[in-house]
Amino acid sequence: MSTGESNVICAEHEKLYKTLDAFIEEVKDKPGVLIEVLHKAQEMFGYLPTEVQSHVAERLNLPESQVYGVVTFYNFFTMKPRGKHQIKICLGTACYVKGAEKVLDRFKEELKVDMEEITEDGNFSLHGVRCLGACSMAPVVLIGEKDFYGKVTANEIPKILKKYRG
Amino acid sequence: MPVATNTILMCAGGGCISSGEESCLQALEKAVEKYALHDVVKIVETGCMGMCDAGPLMVIYPEGVYYQKLTPEDIEKIVSEHILKGRIVEDKLLDNPVSSLKTHNPYDDHPFFTRQVKIATRNMGVIDPMKIEEYIAHDGYFALQKALSMKPEEIIEELKISGLRGRGGAGFPTWLKWDLTRKVPGDEKYVLCNADEGDPGAFMDRSILEGDPHSILEAMAIAGYAIGASKGYIYIRAEYPLAIERLNEGIKQAKELGLFGENIMGSDFSFDLEIRMGAGAFVCGEETALIESIEGKRGQPRVKPPFPAQVGVWGKPTLNNNVETYANIPPILTKGARWFASIGTETSKGTKVFCLAGKVKNTGLVEVPMGITLREVVYDIGGGIPDGKEFKAVQTGGPSGGCIPKEHLDTPIDYETLKELGTMMGSGGMIFMDEDTCMVDVAKYFLDFSVEESCGKCVPCREGNRVMFDMLEKITDGEGEEGDIERLEELGKNIMDTSLCGLGQSSPQPVISTIRYFRDEYEAHINDKRCPAKVCKPLIRYVIDPEKCVGCTACARVCPVTAISGEVKQVHEIDRDICTRCSSCIQVCRFGAISIQSP
Repeated sequence: MSTGESNVICAEHEKLYKTLDAFIEEVKDKPGVLIEVLHKAQEMFGYLPTEVQSHVAERLNLPESQVYGVVTFYNFFTMKPRGKHQIKICLGTACYVKGAEKVLDRFKEELKVDMEEITEDGNFSLHGVRCLGACSMAPVVLIGEKDFYGKVTANEIPKILKKYRG
Repeated sequence: MPVATNTILMCAGGGCISSGEESCLQALEKAVEKYALHDVVKIVETGCMGMCDAGPLMVIYPEGVYYQKLTPEDIEKIVSEHILKGRIVEDKLLDNPVSSLKTHNPYDDHPFFTRQVKIATRNMGVIDPMKIEEYIAHDGYFALQKALSMKPEEIIEELKISGLRGRGGAGFPTWLKWDLTRKVPGDEKYVLCNADEGDPGAFMDRSILEGDPHSILEAMAIAGYAIGASKGYIYIRAEYPLAIERLNEGIKQAKELGLFGENIMGSDFSFDLEIRMGAGAFVCGEETALIESIEGKRGQPRVKPPFPAQVGVWGKPTLNNNVETYANIPPILTKGARWFASIGTETSKGTKVFCLAGKVKNTGLVEVPMGITLREVVYDIGGGIPDGKEFKAVQTGGPSGGCIPKEHLDTPIDYETLKELGTMMGSGGMIFMDEDTCMVDVAKYFLDFSVEESCGKCVPCREGNRVMFDMLEKITDGEGEEGDIERLEELGKNIMDTSLCGLGQSSPQPVISTIRYFRDEYEAHINDKRCPAKVCKPLIRYVIDPEKCVGCTACARVCPVTAISGEVKQVHEIDRDICTRCSSCIQVCRFGAISIQSP
């Protein structure tokens, strides 16, 4: 990475930290607000690396160990970066009974990654999620926050992925 | 002022959204614009209408005609035919399973609709959840008004007469919870709503919150008044952003009208709510873990007693109910406790919302009176098992529950009968299974869930479930040994007896229950190294029937690991060592030449 590039990233991070601080300032008097702050931080940074955790700990006046403890307890929080397109495969019971595992296997094969991993080009990451609450459409795949695919079969996966490949 | 002659309801529940509701809505708005129908057509996006499998769904009033499985092209046609010319578009109507005729208004003749009794879901799919006026027009906030004119003890007495029990699963009498919390001294108390719907296969709470958020807000305010609390929390899954948005909007609207917040309806009662997001931990559905999480900590359960009624959020007396329980409260107050108690069975009053999913024709959300038989749910409401397969079992209660096999199809459903059958009401997920479902594999699936979701605080749950899982994996890998079944039973019992919280105390239940009803399947895996349902990969193989194979190459082309070889118009063969048993080939073979075998 060139110095110029890293400067840009630093400047961007600084901006993010500022926004985060403003948010913390707004909510920090509410008791037990840590989880809410971590949600916000992950929404902004995409994940929760140790630097971000230390920052949150300092601002909320909490021990870093407590922040780390909470981050690692909840499935929703991640310390690894995620892909540009997050592929979430529902592994709820209804989806499982209707073959979600086969769908998952095919995604792994097509993307050459395992669960919770990111593709080499950073374009996709693969996640198994608990019930998405759309059981009638099982098996269900959610890409990003909004693109729902219902009654997915393994054979249509290459076609689905194509849409997100630049 | 122009009066709309047609009201069009578009279902915006989870099922319909994931099958393309948004593009249909856009098409509808475009068609209304194209034909300049703004003045006569009113479009309302509602909560879940229940029949998710038929989504996207749309209802046109005044006739009440339901259209199903819509595409943007269908919408254009329906507007130009139905709205402009008054001609019903027959081929988009629901099929009537009874008369083979098409159904116009399914509330007249479609068993999926006519067999339901809607109390908790009364407004879902009927009103616009984002408009408080529509909620009020359906008797909304009347119960709160009535409550404020009553003494707290009188409200609790009404609940006692109604017989309402907790809909989160365990069925604790609701009035008793309220009464206990009310009687604990203290001027600072809290009302909680458990909306951390974690059971895989259950989405009723989500649907209620999205489809009728005010019913929960109103009920929580009533609870606050009854126990003497002025503050509440809704703890909701982060996976439900739409529900969070609608609750926030609902709170804002109710405050503007003086129905929430300071001095509600001019009384000296004030009540406010805060929404707390979960972060993906199943154990937080356990009430003490939920309280820990609200306080911003790791969601690990506390030792009971003391119960939350005595020591809850911030150490204060706390009342915690589930979403569906709250949704029942306003109608009980407006229509009367005796009316509510007239529905259901001796011990279980009222209705229960179930989510039908898995191998059943009509998947979706239904609310039925307690005491209905499973057979009625499967065959009348659910429409039976698809593809001509046979019903094998239904799983209720999620990872804490068990399964009910076909011998017990005629059992009336209530808290007690389900318990006797070795399962539980749970939050209401019903997953249907047919002959292609392997019960050992299903038990393994649920245990995997419990292993992953165990919070790690107590040893029996953290370690015991892991050991049980490993044993099940051994069995499904074809390496099971004589005595494994007994060991599973013994260990399961120990875990249930010695775990700290509800998660551990019930996690072996899916295994115990499947052993009880499907012991022969376990024995087939262990003794014959055979999976009768042909699911467990190490015990099956894919085979091409040379008599039926015409050599079309479709299977070879689709195989992701090139395990299939053969020339055009020659019989193909599958290399067993390469094959990953992904079933892609079976799906594309048009000659039925590929089958799965288990020795």
